[in-house]
Amino acid sequence: MKTPLIDPLQRGSNGSPEFAATKAAGAASTPVIRLRGVEKTLGGQPVLQGVNLDVPRGKVTTVIGKSGGGKSVLLKHMIGLLKPDRGQVLVDEVDITRLGSHELNEVRKKFAMLFQSAALFDSLNVFENVAFPLREKTKMKEAEIERKVLEMLEAVGLTGMGHKFPAELSGGMRKRAGLARALVMGPEIILFDEPTTGLDPLLARTINDLIVETQRKFGFTAVMVSHEIPEIFGISDYVAMLLDGVIVEMAPSEEFQRTRHPAVREFIAVGPRPEVVTSGESRRPGTHA
Amino acid sequence: MVASAVAGFGRTTLGLVGEMGRMMVFLISTVAWMVRPPFRFLQVLKQIHFIGVKSLFVIVLTGAFTGMVLGLQGYYSLRKFGAEGWLGSAVALSIIRELGPVLSALMVTGRAGSAMTAEIGIMRITEQIDALDTMAVNPMQYLIAPKVLASVLVMPMLCSIFDLIGIYGGYLVGVELLGVSSGAYTSSMESSVEWKDVYGGFLKAISFGVIVSWVCTYKGYNTTMSAEGLGTATTEAVVLSSVLILIWDYFVTSVLM
Repeated sequence: MKTPLIDPLQRGSNGSPEFAATKAAGAASTPVIRLRGVEKTLGGQPVLQGVNLDVPRGKVTTVIGKSGGGKSVLLKHMIGLLKPDRGQVLVDEVDITRLGSHELNEVRKKFAMLFQSAALFDSLNVFENVAFPLREKTKMKEAEIERKVLEMLEAVGLTGMGHKFPAELSGGMRKRAGLARALVMGPEIILFDEPTTGLDPLLARTINDLIVETQRKFGFTAVMVSHEIPEIFGISDYVAMLLDGVIVEMAPSEEFQRTRHPAVREFIAVGPRPEVVTSGESRRPGTHA
Repeated sequence: MVASAVAGFGRTTLGLVGEMGRMMVFLISTVAWMVRPPFRFLQVLKQIHFIGVKSLFVIVLTGAFTGMVLGLQGYYSLRKFGAEGWLGSAVALSIIRELGPVLSALMVTGRAGSAMTAEIGIMRITEQIDALDTMAVNPMQYLIAPKVLASVLVMPMLCSIFDLIGIYGGYLVGVELLGVSSGAYTSSMESSVEWKDVYGGFLKAISFGVIVSWVCTYKGYNTTMSAEGLGTATTEAVVLSSVLILIWDYFVTSVLM
């Protein structure tokens, strides 16, 4: 069950982003997460009604859908924070719904999650927040932890901010700190729960760019829930839509924009400017004005 | 009409039984995580500081005034029978057996218990507890167990400080203000207070420590995801802890007598 974790920093030192990309492409044939017939009722309301979804390895997959439509609930099923009433959640072909807490924790070592509110610990400063998983889950020496944390803070543009507490940070800086904490253990999969909600458009774009940059650099599988249309088309490899508790459409980003599904067309037509939807241009970091 | 009333009563009863069961499972789980490594000494020390050291002022204040009031009331009651010399005994026994453990527990509930509920509730609402889970760190072990352990450790200490200050407060009023003989005050105390009174008080303090930390952390951990829900959880935590302390006090006293 134990899968060796890939250290993003070591991977960086192994060479280049290309090394990670090649590695990811080689393993991309099997989905890293598979949901099969996942059903969940919360407070008497059916939220998920038989979700089937394959998350490709080493890619950015975004789930879109209405607010309150169960996207975050779906994400929490992937990491075992919620258990489905029915159905399977397979991570590397292991059904995590049947695991005990110890085995589930072993699977969770493959994951990291960036929460909507960043979920930084109030009582710890930024440095301690990022160092937290290293101190809890590794036997690294303090000097090594410090080196890693500072490197991560630099990667997300928070150099010199380690001493600040979450209450002293802006929304964007919190997300960056949350991303640094998510990256520090070198996870294979990172779940992003509406990472740009509550940010102004420029800041949202900066965070999106940062996610794409780090994904390219470290090669992790990213699963994102968002309703930031059209931004997500530029940063995602695959897009899926959750509607009425089921995935009604999943396709590569550009193909998704040409969907014939009426409800999906209606949903994605509300947000985007026409030229963005039809152009099919990929808005990768550094390519937009 | 009658059927709906019976159905309502049944639902309420089932709800209460279910809640009691969940609380018991929470307590058992906490104890189980408390004895499993890694042991979080630093977290326990932080909680000892928060629950114990930061409650000292309010404990000293309430202890002093409780002792002083007892001195005043005791003096005028005992004087009617010409038994002012037994004031030390009356003050000491009242404080050591009952008022010390109960009032110090109620003070800790108000000061630290409510803060525990609010802290854990906010961590729940802002997904910090979920974040611990995703990092494979058990929240029961990291957050709850140190608070319960620290409460159990500090409550007898706070209780003993309350006892000492209360007895001295009674001495100040009885001896220094109202003129009771100093020797009578201390000798009556020495002759009537037994070792079982002292450890009975400590036993109560330890059990109250469990009640306060258990109820307050449970309510915070299971708060609903809103500011109103957190407010309700905090109120419920303080009320339920206080009521349980008084009820449990009766049963423990009846066993110790």
